[in-house]
Amino acid sequence: MPTQLLFGTEVLLNGLMAGVLYALVALGFVLIYKASGIFNYAQGVMALFAALTLVGFMDGQVPFSHLINAVLGTDIHHFGWHINGFVSIILTMGMMIVLAYCVQRFVFRHLIGQEPIILFMATIGLAYFMEGFGDLMWGSDIKKLDVGLPQGGSFWIEENTQWLGFGNENFFGFFIDKLDIVATVIAAILVIVLVLFSQYTKQGRAMRAVADDHQAALSVGVSLNFIWVMVWSVAGFVALVAGIMWGAKSGVQFSLSLIALKALPVLMLGGFTSIPGAIVGGLIIGVGEKLFEFTVGPLVGGATENWFAYVLALLFLVFRPQGLFGEKIIERV
Amino acid sequence: MVPAARSVRGRNSHKPKTRKLMQMLDAGPADETLLEVSNIEVIYNHVILVLKGVSLKVPKGGITALLGGNGAGKTTTLKAISNLLHSERGEVTKGSITYRGERVQDLAPADLVQKGVIQVMEGRHCFEHLTVEENLMTGAYTRKDGKGAIDADLEMVYNYFPRLRERRRSQAGYTSGGEQQMVAIGRAIMSRPETILLDEPSMGLAPQLVEEIFNIVKNLNEKEGATFLLAEQNTNVALRFAHYGYILESGRVVMDGPAADLRENPDVKEFYLGMSEEGRKSFRDVRSYRRRKRWLS
Repeated sequence: MPTQLLFGTEVLLNGLMAGVLYALVALGFVLIYKASGIFNYAQGVMALFAALTLVGFMDGQVPFSHLINAVLGTDIHHFGWHINGFVSIILTMGMMIVLAYCVQRFVFRHLIGQEPIILFMATIGLAYFMEGFGDLMWGSDIKKLDVGLPQGGSFWIEENTQWLGFGNENFFGFFIDKLDIVATVIAAILVIVLVLFSQYTKQGRAMRAVADDHQAALSVGVSLNFIWVMVWSVAGFVALVAGIMWGAKSGVQFSLSLIALKALPVLMLGGFTSIPGAIVGGLIIGVGEKLFEFTVGPLVGGATENWFAYVLALLFLVFRPQGLFGEKIIERV
Repeated sequence: MVPAARSVRGRNSHKPKTRKLMQMLDAGPADETLLEVSNIEVIYNHVILVLKGVSLKVPKGGITALLGGNGAGKTTTLKAISNLLHSERGEVTKGSITYRGERVQDLAPADLVQKGVIQVMEGRHCFEHLTVEENLMTGAYTRKDGKGAIDADLEMVYNYFPRLRERRRSQAGYTSGGEQQMVAIGRAIMSRPETILLDEPSMGLAPQLVEEIFNIVKNLNEKEGATFLLAEQNTNVALRFAHYGYILESGRVVMDGPAADLRENPDVKEFYLGMSEEGRKSFRDVRSYRRRKRWLS
């Protein structure tokens, strides 16, 4: 095999893995958008907040320690214990459910029946609030997140793919990060569980019913508040998973919340209302931007990854506004 | 083979239910009032006064019709009862609504469904992206009596609406208007309600379908003992099927009485059925002040 093709394949594989992470963030958007028609600008910040909380629990950090120290003149930062990663994840999930309840109780319950733009503005406010709240609670320094997921290139894959080079001295086998593989597997499981939940359970059916028609769902006795808390909790869980993956990859820091912006083109590609769309969209963007960088990048001076996704999204907006898998608007006359 | 087997199972499964309903009917007096609305006032958006004191009674086991033209307040009355006003920025500011003697106007819609009052909204309001069967199953959301009972009721709904059985796997958004109305009614039945608030079932349907739907309503009323409060613009059809009627005009009840009497009433004939002693007459010829005078006298 020629070297170019081999490298191209490696880029493609890595692109797929990166795409999975985009898809994870996009998934959180889709869930909330489907069930409540709210475009949740705060999804990225939720991932950041989840990751911060997780690190805080694992390291036994004292919440609001800076505030406490400033007010009381003390100097405490840690409880001095460390909590096991798995237990911390469960605690963090509990935290996300509390958050979902509060968001519903204090923000969106008062906005039922308002225009979508007002709901959207509320999520922007929420995003900034949570960003500041996360900082206040856990500090704004960059943190290392290690829940015990395998990291680094897989030697096994490298050794077992070296023969593809057929003696080519420049080829040492495919380099694939183990974390990416784990992320892919987890994302796949997550999506399967979500699809099963929404298709085959009573709550899942109610969730889809609410997405179709709020009033009618109310009229058959579905409690909108309950469904929305549930959906925000599920989105919180997805944010947690995304936060763990990105946090493990690049540290827990503010820029984590900016990956939400990368989810926008993913959504435009896949459609705002489709779970499979979020996955396929994520993969297309991931692969597309890596391959584009690999092929066209050198000709235009590189850094195409910064804009490729958005240009692709623009093209989609022009030619297929509902995205690849977006629900066709059913309109009978 | 298969349909035969199905219908046998269906018949078996709803026999005990009919018996139970018969017992329930025997237990209480036939003229027991289930729902009582007294002198309610509804305001939208804090400024728009829509209902100006509406009172009505719905007896158990009857079909009560709420008649009137566009904007008379029929839908608002139903929504005030089912507590769906809040999400439309409306509220009941005066008067009271009681169900079985219990004040219900501060309950959530879901609680009311559990008490046995469910609304079928105007304009059908199906869940378009769910299949017909999934739509019906959402009606059973508040029930806790197990899968067996729910499946039996699903079978019963399919027996009342055989068309829905044929289309059970299609997306509700792609079914015809009549089928969507059937889905909406069937979905309400799946909650096993005592009282169904049916808003404008004839809207946008061909006369033949309207007849079909009303016959099913009548069947449900007679065989299952369901109580109906029916808002309808089609006075002619509604008065043929209902037992009692209330006529609303701009947020007030202007007349009420047994359906048979209303049918014979000269005013109703003239204003709503388009007939008068001198034969058919155009509605345009009737001056509004004359109408008002006659209502009030």
